[in-house]
Amino acid sequence: MRYLPHTSEDIDLMLQAVEADHLDDLFSTIPDDCLSKDDLALPEALTEWELDSHMAALSDAMAVSPDYKIFMGAGSYEHYIPASVSYLLGRSEFVTSYTPYQPEVSQGTLQAIYEYQTLAARLLGMEVATASHYDGATALAESLLMAVRISKKRKVAVSSLIHPFYRKVVRTYFEPTGYEVIELPYLKNGFTDLAGLDELNDLAAVAVQSPNFFGCIENLKKIGEKIHNKDALFITCFTEALSYGLLKNPGSQDADIVCGEGQSLGIPRSFGGPALGMLAGRKKHMRSLPGRLVGKTKDLDGKRGFVLTLATREQHIRREKATSNICTNNSLCALAAAIYMASVGGTGIKKLAQLNHDKAEYLKQELKKAGFTISFESPTFNEFVVEFPAGFDSVYDCLLNKKIVAGLPLAEYYPELVNHYLLCVTETMSKNDMDSFVSEVKS
Amino acid sequence: MKENVGATGLILNEPLLWEKGRKGRCGFSLPRRDVESFPIDNELAGEGPDFPDLSEVDVVRHYTRLSQWNFGVDTGMYPLGSCTMKYSPKTNEKQAGLSGFTGAHPLLPSDLSQGTLRMMFELEQYLAEITGMDAVTLQPAAGAHGELTGMLTIHAYHKNRGAQRSKILVPDTAHGTNPATATLCNYRSIQVKSNEQGILSTESVADVMDEETAGIMLTNPNTLGLFEDNTKEIAEIIHSKGGLVYCDGANLNAVMGIVKMGEIGVDVMHLNLHKTFSTPHGGGGPGSGPVCVKKHLEPFLPVPRIVEEKGNYSLSDNYPESIGKVQAFHGNVGVMIKAYSYIRSMGPKDLKMASRLAVLNANYIKESLKGTLHLAYDRPCMHECVFSDDKQKDDHVTTLDMAKRLMDYGFHPPTVYFPLVVHGAIMVEPTETESKEDIDKFIEAFKSIADEAKEAPDLLHNAPGKCKVRRLDEVSAARKPCLTG
Amino acid sequence: MKEISELNLPEDLRYTEDHEWARLEEDKVRVGLDDYAQDQLGDIVFVELPQAGDTFKKGEVFATVESVKAVSECYMPVGGKIVSVNNDLEESPELVNKSPYGDGWFVVINPSDPSEMDTLMTNEACLEKLKGTE
Repeated sequence: MRYLPHTSEDIDLMLQAVEADHLDDLFSTIPDDCLSKDDLALPEALTEWELDSHMAALSDAMAVSPDYKIFMGAGSYEHYIPASVSYLLGRSEFVTSYTPYQPEVSQGTLQAIYEYQTLAARLLGMEVATASHYDGATALAESLLMAVRISKKRKVAVSSLIHPFYRKVVRTYFEPTGYEVIELPYLKNGFTDLAGLDELNDLAAVAVQSPNFFGCIENLKKIGEKIHNKDALFITCFTEALSYGLLKNPGSQDADIVCGEGQSLGIPRSFGGPALGMLAGRKKHMRSLPGRLVGKTKDLDGKRGFVLTLATREQHIRREKATSNICTNNSLCALAAAIYMASVGGTGIKKLAQLNHDKAEYLKQELKKAGFTISFESPTFNEFVVEFPAGFDSVYDCLLNKKIVAGLPLAEYYPELVNHYLLCVTETMSKNDMDSFVSEVKS
Repeated sequence: MKENVGATGLILNEPLLWEKGRKGRCGFSLPRRDVESFPIDNELAGEGPDFPDLSEVDVVRHYTRLSQWNFGVDTGMYPLGSCTMKYSPKTNEKQAGLSGFTGAHPLLPSDLSQGTLRMMFELEQYLAEITGMDAVTLQPAAGAHGELTGMLTIHAYHKNRGAQRSKILVPDTAHGTNPATATLCNYRSIQVKSNEQGILSTESVADVMDEETAGIMLTNPNTLGLFEDNTKEIAEIIHSKGGLVYCDGANLNAVMGIVKMGEIGVDVMHLNLHKTFSTPHGGGGPGSGPVCVKKHLEPFLPVPRIVEEKGNYSLSDNYPESIGKVQAFHGNVGVMIKAYSYIRSMGPKDLKMASRLAVLNANYIKESLKGTLHLAYDRPCMHECVFSDDKQKDDHVTTLDMAKRLMDYGFHPPTVYFPLVVHGAIMVEPTETESKEDIDKFIEAFKSIADEAKEAPDLLHNAPGKCKVRRLDEVSAARKPCLTG
Repeated sequence: MKEISELNLPEDLRYTEDHEWARLEEDKVRVGLDDYAQDQLGDIVFVELPQAGDTFKKGEVFATVESVKAVSECYMPVGGKIVSVNNDLEESPELVNKSPYGDGWFVVINPSDPSEMDTLMTNEACLEKLKGTE
């Protein structure tokens, strides 16, 4: 086996050194009734070349663009990824290193994460950002738990226009804690309905997503005022990080904690993971943040360097009193996002975000012209909901056969929204693609 | 002493991203605009993030230089105990990069996702076979996340039986994640002391186990690199009081094909695909932490589950007792592909061989260095061995000093100051992918460092001297944190 | 780390087994961390203090002290209400290392039962105890 370097001579010499006769003797201290009697029932080893064809066959059994035209986002977005991003990300010094516990031999990872934290904080308009989390959903759950810790209150409210899967993850995390999770309904215009807040007291935090699951851009400033009046922390969440290239960032609208998914920033969709949980906050809450943080410092000669810092919040030191059980971040995904943000740049990201908005707007207008109803009138970024005529599900299936995915049917997540579909258009969709989509759904 | 691997090469300085660039540059090929512009309401529009503008060359040089300041498994031996820094095969990266996998949208109808679903279904089966468990979820994103998922299933199990419990047993050798996870599940951790041989005795467990206790969180092999000989008896004690046995499978690399945890009383365990199954650590993630359970815990696993019928794979949410979701989608699929490729490339025989050689390498280091370093527990070890700085005390040299000096010799240091039960611990896990020659060089390096500790201790106090930076001021970093620039 | 003979444990203070010190100042009690504790912890990077007005019983956790790689909890030497806290520690936690009995104090307590002071150790008892554990 090419990954196992030992020759039989090596093995003999090493066995002699440890005073054993046979490899099995190494396990002689394990009680006999603990040893497994049978060989592993696994498929026999493949050569590298057999593996290539086996995996190619699996990969070929997947529907992906450009073969398929996929008008579906809903938390997973198709964006162009420059070759330079993938190439740099493959540098094995980044790929094959561990969490940077020994800073002198990990300055590459550490500076890169420090830069990621900075770019993430700038994108979201916040003072500090963590080194990253598993995904947007877990970042939201951790943010809500953080708010409970800060406020010492036991109740949180979340908008029902937060991604349905994110809300499920929050429920899973909160189930054993005994803290209460309340869902806020939505209005006819596609915004979160905050009227119920008046009735609620003792709230640790309220979380709202923008652009929300229907693609609508919430009025965060106004929402924030209302939440702060309730003396609760204002958490904003997002699934499409690119939107802040165009929209006002949550920090400028008084969010206390901002969290969400950074997959759009140079990370392939990969069936939903690995992804990039982003989490940012205010300086005053810095010591309550969950997860890893990198800080700037100096070495013995006064040279700039970087270290993991504020580690006393974490499980390996504080154990049962830690701010989270997280052991690590999604470092390589944070690196991908940093390289992507650096490549697109401040000027580029505005243009790219505008283009996403404009293409989605174009499809929206064309669908309107074709007589379909746009379900919610509020402004959107690169996703919106359209209502197709009753019985559209059979058209949907026909379109699948023509390699077109006509968005996400919403009825499964919002039973009242039968025949409503969540559509997404990014920079990867051409005018031609959209025109033929409209003519297909019309016919 | 032969020539060291460590030497000072040409290390280039590199400023921070925003100290570079010129306004108006762009390292991205902006897609063609083929639609008119629809201006957005002024109320909604922001100024755009304050990112630097860089060319593609600026970006490529920046990150290439940064990468050169890092030490990875591909650079050299990385014997971090408990982390299993084995070689990450390159073909795995290639497979995970296939466009059918990378481009897949997680919400497409199952019929359009058969390749990935089949890969995941088979991987679940392989992991069940390796651990001797009945069912597997691949959703957790990392080891600690798997641990949380596993403990949530235990929590759901007790709740479902109508009798929630308040405590959980955690050995004193445990990873810090264990008590932290227990807290998240609202269980109070009760510490169980390991005995003079470094393992748990049945008595110490029997003394504290009661019907208010949800179970035990075992790490086996434990963090001292020792097999928990009494697992079966401990499981009987726990089960007799209605509790469950959780196994932290971080150290599975020692026992593939040798011990199946499902056969010795474990009810639920997590694995780290980024340790045992060779997927790269990526400077701290993404990992993947599948959870394997016995039949009685299967109803509680996260949804959706992958179901197979006549060679067709689909996703099902139809598990009413499920704990729900622990990630938005299906877990770190990109990582699973690499682990799948690894298992397919190794096959059953070489997986077992990997464990045997990992254990051989660790015992070889233990025997070779025990005259040089104090050995905490002098008995056969599994995949790692734990020394301490006790013999260097009189030289006023600490574990940290020796660890830093190893860098100058061209090695990544072992895990230091963990497990906490060994004062000044030095935990060495070579893994099976290190050859005898490389291990011999490591042993030789450690021996000459021990000599230096006697003859020229300042060499150690001032180490490292050949890295990008010297020792860093962690105190100021924590007193006046600067987390963004 | 300091040898026991190098430790400074002033005579006019009382000590707990966890190495908090308490000084009676008229009817109030000033509290901090003793020389042994600050030395064991090493460079202190953060002190989390309660707010004035909070009330704790003797033995309850009222503060945490962090070094780079350790966290310690501090326990009330005597029960009572916190009347003032040392806000300088927020910006300069190193005061605990530099001046454990002076500028590095933690809180001032209005004791609910001043006789609890008598349950604490004298400097000599504290030293004896340290020698015993050596």
